[in-house]
Parts: sequence; structure tokens; C-alpha cells
Amino acid sequence: MKFSDFVATDAIRSHVDAHTKEGVIREMAQSLVDAGSIAAGDLESIVKAIMKREDLGSTGIGRGVAVPHTKHPSVSRLVGTVAVSHDGVDFESLDGEPVQLFFLLVSPPDRPGDHLRALENISRQLRDETFCRHLKSAKGPIDIQHLLEEADSHGVAS
Amino acid sequence: MSEQVVSREVVVGMPQGLHARPADQLAREARKWQSRIELLSDSQRVDGKSILDVLTLAAEAGTRLVVEATGPDAREALEAIGSLFDRNFNEQEWNEGQ
Repeated sequence: MKFSDFVATDAIRSHVDAHTKEGVIREMAQSLVDAGSIAAGDLESIVKAIMKREDLGSTGIGRGVAVPHTKHPSVSRLVGTVAVSHDGVDFESLDGEPVQLFFLLVSPPDRPGDHLRALENISRQLRDETFCRHLKSAKGPIDIQHLLEEADSHGVAS
Repeated sequence: MSEQVVSREVVVGMPQGLHARPADQLAREARKWQSRIELLSDSQRVDGKSILDVLTLAAEAGTRLVVEATGPDAREALEAIGSLFDRNFNEQEWNEGQ
């Protein structure tokens, strides 16, 4: 699965304002509402579900990256977005480091395979230090979009 | 000299596959041991101590993997990792909603 299969381009944010875990999650979910990927009426319920998942264990997987996610019955296909915090946010990450790169995913409950393949793609690309560094220093959403497109075209599609 | 290499097959039993939370649990357990822990799928060999590596397996429910441990505490490490799979990472305890 490629980034272009699930990342809502219009929801990409290169400078999140929030400085808390919930704040970032809310800001990203709102960007999905603004992009038309999720309904405004589902915002609260989605934010709550993502926070509930975080309570089970942080999705801050290290290297300044977090993958907050949830299943939600309101979506019929996997939707996601990418955001960057230049200051970094305390996400109770596994390695204790602040998080700068966020990949938020909302998936339909009956498609665990798609969720796994999105995680697989994100993880594989993030092993590339250069890719991470460029994402973290992106000046605008268009930079992020281009980096994702580049990863999609050079990576091994699966 | 005393380096042992041991391995066993495991099956991903969780309906959601080897997703972020069990991958985290697996990497945490693997890091407790001195031995190198690797997971082998049909096409990949990855570092069991890295969540990113484990997630790149995208192992769905029913996938068979081989866990290989190499080092002075390989046998104990393999037993600990194998038992996580045998217990389905205690998934049923807190899988609701996720």
C-alpha cells in the first residue's frame, strides 16, 4: 500500500500548533474534516476513540514518530493524514523522545489487513533516516506531499 | 563460542494481525535479552527488537513466522517470545474497540 492510497493530501499539515497529545490528534482529525475525509459530526467520537487507543499504550514508536489510529464505523475506507510539529510534542513515546512526525489513521473495523499494510508502508519508509529528516524540516504541506510521492515511486509497492 | 542459535515456528493468532500494540510488546520483550532476535517471514528477515522492523512484516492473522534467537541467552529469549505468540499477546483482554 502506498501513501497516496490513504493520505488525504488536503489534510496534510506542516506546522501543528498543538503542544499536547490530544491537541495534535484533534488538530489532525479536524484537518480530515476540513478535507472532507471524515464527517464533522464524527470528529468527537473519532478523537475519543484514538485517545482510548493511546491509553492502551502510546503509538509513539520511537525516532520522533507516532502513529495514532483507531477503527471507526463511520469510514468505508482507510483514511489518514500526516502532520509535523517543529517543536515536538510529548507523546509518552516508547523511547521517551518528543514526537515531530505524526501519521494518523482511521480505518473501517472490518479491514484489519489494510490497516496493517498502511503501518507496513509507514514503518518501511521511516527506516530511511533521510526521509524522516526531510519530512521533519518540511516548510509547507506541498513539501510533505512531494516527499510522500517520492517515497511511493521509489519504494517497493505492496 | 557459547553462542546458541535456536528457532521455532509461531502463528499470528490475533484477528487484527501483528499490529502496532503487539509489535511494541514483542520488541520490548526482545530487547530484554542479549541475544539477537529475528523474525522470518516468507520474504523477509527482520530485527525483533525494532517495532518498525516488526511492523514491516504486515503479518495478518494466520501468518506463520519463524522466530530465531542467537546468543548466550537464546533459549530463554525464544521461550519468552514464543509464549507471547502462544498467548496471542493477551489480545482478548483489551482488544475491544481497537
